[in-house]
Amino acid sequence: MKRFVYINDDESSQELYCDNRISNRKYTVLNFLPKNLWEQFSRFMNQYFLLIACLQLWSLITPVNPASTWGPLIFIFAVSASKEAWDDYNRYLSDKKANEKHIWVVRQGIRKHIQAQDIHVGNIVWLRENDEVPCDLVLIGTSDTQGLCYVETAALDGETDLKTRVIPSACMGMDFELLHKIKGVIECPNPDKDIRRFDANLRLFPPFIDNDLCPLTIKNTLLQSCYLRNTEWACGVAVYTGNETKLGMSRGIPEPKLTAMDAMIDKLTGAIFVFQIVVVMVLGIAGNVWKDTEARKQWYVLYPIEGPWYELLVIPLRFELLCSIMIPISIKVSLDLVKSLYAKFIDWDSEMIDQDTGIPSHATNTAISEDLGQVEYILTDKTGTLTENRMIFRRCCISGIFYGNESGDALKDVKLLNAVAGSSPDVVRFLTVMAICNTVIPIKSKTGAILYKAQSQDEDALVNAAARLHMVYVNKNANILEIRFNGSVIQYEVLETLEFTSDRKRMSVVVKDCQNGKIVLLSKGADEAILPYAYAGQQTRALVEAVEQYAQLGLRTLCLAWRELKEDEYQEWSLMFKEASSTLVDREWRIAEVCQRLEHDFEVLGVTAIEDRLQDGVPETIETLRKAGINFWMLTGDKQNTAIQIALSCNFISPEPKGQLLLIDGKTEGEVCRSLERVLLTMRITSSEPKDVAFVVDGWALEIALKHYRKAFTELAILSRTAICCRVTPSQKAQLVELLKSCDYRTLAIGDGGNDVRMIQQADIGVGISGREGLQAARAADYSIGKFRFLKRLILVHGRYSYNRTAFLSQYSFYKSLVICFIQIFFSFISGVSGTSLFNSVSLMAYNVFYTSVPVLVSVLDKDLSEGTVMQHPQILVYCQAGRLLNPSTFAGWFGRSLFHAIVVFVITIHAYAFEKSEMEELSMVALSGCIWLQAFVVALETNSFTILQHLAIWGNLVAFYVINWVFSAIPSSGMYTIMFRLCRQPSYWITMFLIVAAGMGPVLALKYFRYTYRPSKINALQQAERMGGPILSLGNIEPQPRLMEKEVSPLSITQPKNRNPVYEPLLSDSPNSTRRSFGSGAPFDFFQSQSRLSSSYSRNCKDN
Amino acid sequence: MDTNGATTSSAAGGGSTSTSDSSLLSKKNSKKPQYSRFTQQELPACKPILTPGLVITTFTIIGIIFIPIGLVSLSASEHVVEIVDRYDEGCVPPNYSNDKLAYIQSSRTNKSCTRTLSVPKLMKSPVFIYYELDNFYQNHRRYVKSRSDKQLRSKAYERETKNCDPQAVSLDAPIVPCGLIAWSLFNDTYGFFVKSKMLEVNKKNIAWDSDKEHKFGSDVYPKNFQTGGLIGGAKLNSTTPLSEQEDLIVWMRTAALPTFRKLYGRIEEDLQANEQITVVIQNHYNTYSFGGKKKLVLSTTSWIGGKNDFIGIAYITVGGLCLFLAVNFILLYVIKPRALGDPSYLSWNRSPAGNPN
Repeated sequence: MKRFVYINDDESSQELYCDNRISNRKYTVLNFLPKNLWEQFSRFMNQYFLLIACLQLWSLITPVNPASTWGPLIFIFAVSASKEAWDDYNRYLSDKKANEKHIWVVRQGIRKHIQAQDIHVGNIVWLRENDEVPCDLVLIGTSDTQGLCYVETAALDGETDLKTRVIPSACMGMDFELLHKIKGVIECPNPDKDIRRFDANLRLFPPFIDNDLCPLTIKNTLLQSCYLRNTEWACGVAVYTGNETKLGMSRGIPEPKLTAMDAMIDKLTGAIFVFQIVVVMVLGIAGNVWKDTEARKQWYVLYPIEGPWYELLVIPLRFELLCSIMIPISIKVSLDLVKSLYAKFIDWDSEMIDQDTGIPSHATNTAISEDLGQVEYILTDKTGTLTENRMIFRRCCISGIFYGNESGDALKDVKLLNAVAGSSPDVVRFLTVMAICNTVIPIKSKTGAILYKAQSQDEDALVNAAARLHMVYVNKNANILEIRFNGSVIQYEVLETLEFTSDRKRMSVVVKDCQNGKIVLLSKGADEAILPYAYAGQQTRALVEAVEQYAQLGLRTLCLAWRELKEDEYQEWSLMFKEASSTLVDREWRIAEVCQRLEHDFEVLGVTAIEDRLQDGVPETIETLRKAGINFWMLTGDKQNTAIQIALSCNFISPEPKGQLLLIDGKTEGEVCRSLERVLLTMRITSSEPKDVAFVVDGWALEIALKHYRKAFTELAILSRTAICCRVTPSQKAQLVELLKSCDYRTLAIGDGGNDVRMIQQADIGVGISGREGLQAARAADYSIGKFRFLKRLILVHGRYSYNRTAFLSQYSFYKSLVICFIQIFFSFISGVSGTSLFNSVSLMAYNVFYTSVPVLVSVLDKDLSEGTVMQHPQILVYCQAGRLLNPSTFAGWFGRSLFHAIVVFVITIHAYAFEKSEMEELSMVALSGCIWLQAFVVALETNSFTILQHLAIWGNLVAFYVINWVFSAIPSSGMYTIMFRLCRQPSYWITMFLIVAAGMGPVLALKYFRYTYRPSKINALQQAERMGGPILSLGNIEPQPRLMEKEVSPLSITQPKNRNPVYEPLLSDSPNSTRRSFGSGAPFDFFQSQSRLSSSYSRNCKDN
Repeated sequence: MDTNGATTSSAAGGGSTSTSDSSLLSKKNSKKPQYSRFTQQELPACKPILTPGLVITTFTIIGIIFIPIGLVSLSASEHVVEIVDRYDEGCVPPNYSNDKLAYIQSSRTNKSCTRTLSVPKLMKSPVFIYYELDNFYQNHRRYVKSRSDKQLRSKAYERETKNCDPQAVSLDAPIVPCGLIAWSLFNDTYGFFVKSKMLEVNKKNIAWDSDKEHKFGSDVYPKNFQTGGLIGGAKLNSTTPLSEQEDLIVWMRTAALPTFRKLYGRIEEDLQANEQITVVIQNHYNTYSFGGKKKLVLSTTSWIGGKNDFIGIAYITVGGLCLFLAVNFILLYVIKPRALGDPSYLSWNRSPAGNPN
């Protein structure tokens, strides 16, 4: 499927493609009501409420005024509809602003100022500096003589560095006038959402002589929502417009996530619904039987002898309506309300503000806070998530000589500085590659200092390090690079750039030395992408060792290589490269193949080691969360050794003898299968031992395992608390999340880069770190935080509290509805099973919507344990993880309590208000106030921490109940005129209330006290300890502070690796890339580095006892 | 700023209690103006826990308060003198005892009936006269809805008989007062004699004042009442406005329970102990078809209302149970003391996972 765009053709394409009107709106004025109602009614709960409300319109069966259901229903619908409408209106406004922006566009050969929404495909759009790009353009001209321009793509991918865009070769050198008249055709694919790909061709029409097909790539495009920077003007042809742009296509409404708690509440609602149906059937049958036997004798009821055909249904339907309040209509609103408050608490939390950037944490998804407290697996990215992603060049190995080992910083290594000063040729070549084998753009600031705009942190580190070593990358002017070395300026012409792809794992540039005309290929890449392609005979042993050693220290390694090219070799290859670059099908693959033809027979110059420091507090966070029973998986694209080292240094895995690493590897199905079986066997044996067993798998083996041995791998995933998956692709990350989710685990994925987006979206909870790799992950995530260590607070504090609060709130909502419903059911037995409602409409409505909703809403401030206690005893999270506070058995407890309270209220009321006092309105108010009094004490008893707001809500609500009813009692036309005044004057009324409270709460209190003291749960024990100031508090300090220092030092100290047993040995000496260790099942694996640290934590554990 | 971030996190992780980091708070407070204790969920809170002392004290106090109240209520109830006489059986002549329904429905049978009550104790005036009906469902849905409050209130709404079926209209003219409740108005009457001297029964002010003034209109007169084919209960004097038909007003305050008493009138003189009261009952009301009992009740009153032992007994029971619980908890506390917040209850402290020692 292709799209042909005729440049500057005013007629033909207008109807074919949509105009540039952007619309993010979900509704229009006309379809808002039906569409919104339809959406709301697609939920079961709402359908149920609507059915009830409709049934109530039938006055024969309705026990109460229909308004008592319609009122809340309409209110709830109105609230969510107006929220939607407001959101949509804001979207409309922002669309309108974008659509009506004035843009210079060429029409009939003349430049005109038109609104952005009138741009059509094929129009030539002119932009000035700092303009926002209104639609996807193919660049055809810029103010730059070399045809370059710079764009900022932050809105698209969150990357804040400037990117270069270049005009296609065919348009090179056109002047201002010509650009108005240009004609041609662009052949491009149909709109898609891939913002890294644009495989198209351009052919200009005569009189533009260049009649060849000119390939276009993403480098030739300006995408919608980018900004033009550092370029006076640019113009381009609109290829995708409106909602068909790359941005428009990638905009999608994510599937709403449902929390485990919501699912449980739905399940309980279903159970209550079934219970309700049963009650209705039983009462309905009983009612019909009573009617036919007893009611016919009650002459004053005047039952007709022959009823209408639907007569049998009337009583069951009445009971259905009477019992409909069993499912509280307020629960959805209450939950929505408190959930958004939980999210606000996260946004507001001053302890989760990133102090470096001042960016607070943010909850994008406001509906899933409870899930945070139920996380069982955390899948984390490594770079930028656990580490700072602030790359610092630390060491290097140039032709077998190690620099920086002593001081831990090669830039201060005298040996290296001397070598640089002496212009040692190896070192100079090494530095040259460091300085120019990249896509960095140097920008001279006004003060004369050179700033580097780099897309990758590694490149940035290398270029800066080279500059510190006097190899300064000064300027890039089109294809000419300037570097200054020891005072002399050297110029290179860049002939080709072979860009980095994650498959090739290396990038190269072909440059021509302007002095001597030599053509050189410069490459840098991962060890396995460079070392195997060294020229025959080069000794790579030292380099392999260097890579190993650096990886051991948790450093990122890159191999730098170099090869001189012959003129004709380059020319021949260049043609192939051009051809590959202009293919429309499988372009990426073709290019990779062509690159392969050039990238071989390298002379490997050396290895660089870049340190990516762990973020503050990462080991503590991981240790705490692991104690909380959360399993950690590390998914990284990095290599195995680095990953293991990082894992060790951040408490991910424990060293021997406590921990054990099992390796799954293999290149073929058989090997993977055997290794998987072996690991599984070990895992099964050790699962009973208190041992920290982790498995390590790489991308290749993972691919095979997931494809062919999914079942075995799933079992492994369940058995293993820790896993390290290295060399995995973004889609594999997502697959692993999917795998864990399919085992019914709650997963949380945390990452910072674009490669984590899929995993973040896939997981139950996605957390993005708004780090240095842009905001892509943070934007796709449900929560964005500034630092990894905030995860601890997010889960243990916010997640846990949210879970506890919602657990109480939802069960209480059912409880209070059940109380009133049970009273109605009991009353039906003394009212001839006829379906009379004891309570009047106003009371029923206010009971659910007002009297009982307000006190419980302040439970969002309740804290069962203080934050400090939870942090010290993260194990307590298991109560949330296992869902111990909201499950069928706790719910049964609430159900029993509601039954008990209904019996108490009902029995006391009908006996205290018997005989001459048994007036309907009075009795109903006595029963209702009994319920309200009980509710107040139930909420008070279940509240763990009383703030002023709690007191206000609980006791204020009780006062408000009386005030409201006094007001109603003062209205002569209301049914309950004077009732409440009469009651409040009777001593027996107050005596009855106290009796209800004492009889209702006494057993509850006694039971709670008994369990609290003699069968305390761990939460209770901690509460007691916390409030009594018992011994638990003194055990507090989880981590002594000096540990942090030690850890920072350990990867850098040089002596440690020397002491290490040589457990690393290449499997096959002739293939340097297979440097993987053979762990063997149960093979002892020593990790000395953290021993000293561990001893301290051992001693602490002893203290705990 | 940078180092500050690290210290904050260590403070959160390293055992700061909610009270001890007040210095930290004030520091932040100065730094971030938008900080508030509410947004940080750090409102000062009182966190009571169920200590043995608290719970035992609570139960003891409840017990100590409830038992006296129960005794007082019980004695108040005991002081109420009450005479209950069931007359529905006794007022049927023996020859009709097999077919009471025929007796009550026949217009030719003699409905008067004389009963003798003896006063057990001195009954101070006012002595309230109630009639008690049993197994009578005034709360039946079909019955309780069958009225029109608007019609009762004002003449203007005479035609508001929507809910009154099946006693809404009679030959297309609205019935006033309409509905089953009014239609089934109780129509037994009582005459009281002491030593053949008639006791005056005050039937004024037996209904609620609020009802007379606001619910039943003074301009609403009975119309077409009890004129249909079926005669329910009492007839009304069509020259008296509804606001003065107090028997109707009392009757229309429907009872919530199938056994109920309604005020018939007051005897405003003391009844001496052992006095014999002769009651002449006009027994018209049909409870025989559904086997309901009819009782005549004479009762004095107290601050707690009529004779009702329930509250007193319930209070004594609840108070007793509370004391019983308190004693048990004390015993439990003495015999099997448990230190609150003992860390050994935390299983992870007992056997640290993965820790070999």
